[in-house]
Amino acid sequence: MDIVFRDVEHRYQINTPFEKRALYDIHVDIRSGSYVAVIGHTGSGKSTLLQHFNGLLQPTKGTVHLGDYTIVAGKKEKHLKPLRKKVGIVFQFPEHQLFEETVEKDICFGPMNFGMSEQEAKARVGEWLALVGLPEEVRHKSPFALSGGQMRRVAIAGVLAMEPEVLVLDEPTAGLDPRGRKEMMDMFANLQRQKKMTIVLVTHSMEEAARYADDIIIMHRGTIVRRGTPEQIFRNVDDLIHLGLDVPETVLFQRAIEQKFGIQFPEPCLTIEDVERSLQTLFTRVKRI
Amino acid sequence: MNGMIIGKYVPGDSFIHRLDPRTKLLLMFIYVFIVFLANNGWTYGILTLFTCLLLFLSRIPFSFMIRGLKPVLWVIVFTFFLHVLLTKEGHIVFQWLGIEVYDKAIQQGAFISLRFLLLIVVTTLLTLTTTPIEVTDGMESLLSPLKKWNVPVHELALMMSISLRFIPTLMEETEKIMKAQTARGVDFSSGPLQERMKAMTALLVPLFISAFKRAEELAVAMEVRGYRGSQNRTKWRELTWGRIDTAFMLFIGLLAIALWLLRS
Repeated sequence: MDIVFRDVEHRYQINTPFEKRALYDIHVDIRSGSYVAVIGHTGSGKSTLLQHFNGLLQPTKGTVHLGDYTIVAGKKEKHLKPLRKKVGIVFQFPEHQLFEETVEKDICFGPMNFGMSEQEAKARVGEWLALVGLPEEVRHKSPFALSGGQMRRVAIAGVLAMEPEVLVLDEPTAGLDPRGRKEMMDMFANLQRQKKMTIVLVTHSMEEAARYADDIIIMHRGTIVRRGTPEQIFRNVDDLIHLGLDVPETVLFQRAIEQKFGIQFPEPCLTIEDVERSLQTLFTRVKRI
Repeated sequence: MNGMIIGKYVPGDSFIHRLDPRTKLLLMFIYVFIVFLANNGWTYGILTLFTCLLLFLSRIPFSFMIRGLKPVLWVIVFTFFLHVLLTKEGHIVFQWLGIEVYDKAIQQGAFISLRFLLLIVVTTLLTLTTTPIEVTDGMESLLSPLKKWNVPVHELALMMSISLRFIPTLMEETEKIMKAQTARGVDFSSGPLQERMKAMTALLVPLFISAFKRAEELAVAMEVRGYRGSQNRTKWRELTWGRIDTAFMLFIGLLAIALWLLRS
């Protein structure tokens, strides 16, 4: 499902003293099957943007194309349910949306809302639990008896169970321990590769954006200011700092080395592996001299 | 959720904003009584004029107020029709399908609905122009004589300010959870009753859980910072009663007298 935004603007509480323009001039294309990271400061409009992906918010100007759906500003779209099945959104702290008595029931809630039979949903709970790395034992437990990290996984399983084509993630790893973070991010990356899901990740972690995304969008004060591959985005360190954003530690390390030795690496180092490779070539070159 | 303006504060520096919160509370209190004095065209006219004057002085846009009243509009319309259909006084204006409508009934319905509307406008105006903190400070100050009889005035005021403070937070929370569940295929606005009940559980359970958690966190945070109730507590913001407040109260007194004289 391709996603196209054309000149999208969103104003909250339009025509009141509280009116606020949260988004403007949004032009963006997201190809089916790609992995896009959206980064930006708090209040830059990221959350508002992602609520346009399944019609929770509708633009106050411009158009949003979501696969076969076209949402035009001013026209209230009514039958959005099929769209919502195709676009799963994992909100910030999704564990706050749990409400059922058992983990099983909570995971089945989404798919059953979209017409899956109870038997089929229940039969597949094991598969979804495994997907998010939870043991089978939790199935009949109350979600509120689990740890915070496990609750998060249950909530995410509840969204994955809808089998969306597009998965929108709003800081899915906030508040998780480093290992949990890595497991979860690897899981999403796998979904993109194996199930050809389109993934839109909103994150504050430059490391995550650099490591996993094919494409990065930087938002600043309600609009998109940069768009490019991680290599393009992180090549320009000063630009990022100017926008008040962090830079991946590997890039900072690379910069420190470059300044110290007066050399230039050909590519920005986005991961530890990149750093390792660059240093190796550097050392071999040094040895030869 | 965005349409709700009751309980919201619109920052401003108008005449009404600057009044002492006690004046505004007393005004509202008195208004609730004098609204019942009105019983004919003159008195309702004066009341409406006075209310419009308040609205004008508060600099709250008229359209904003109207939009905020939408949620209660159907209650008002319902009241109107109830009166029209049930009051049987005066002359019959028209008959239709065995329903008789009397002229007094229409008048009565209009008056009662107007009374209702005026009450809501004035009480909404209070919260629109007064911060919750001011409201509670005013309330505490007005009720302080009751301390002599061991009424826990400070605690009551605190309870009130906490609940007022958390209305917007709960609203936000509600909206957030509604969105999350909508994304999971819940339809809150249509569908058969049974499904909508289910939808409500999906909203209320998370909402209650977060409210309880929040209450507990707040209690702990207060305890940690040594909160011990009203004992020896001083105020950062002191209320000051100005000449303008006295003048305003006199004006309301005059209004009450006028209504008393003009009622039939």
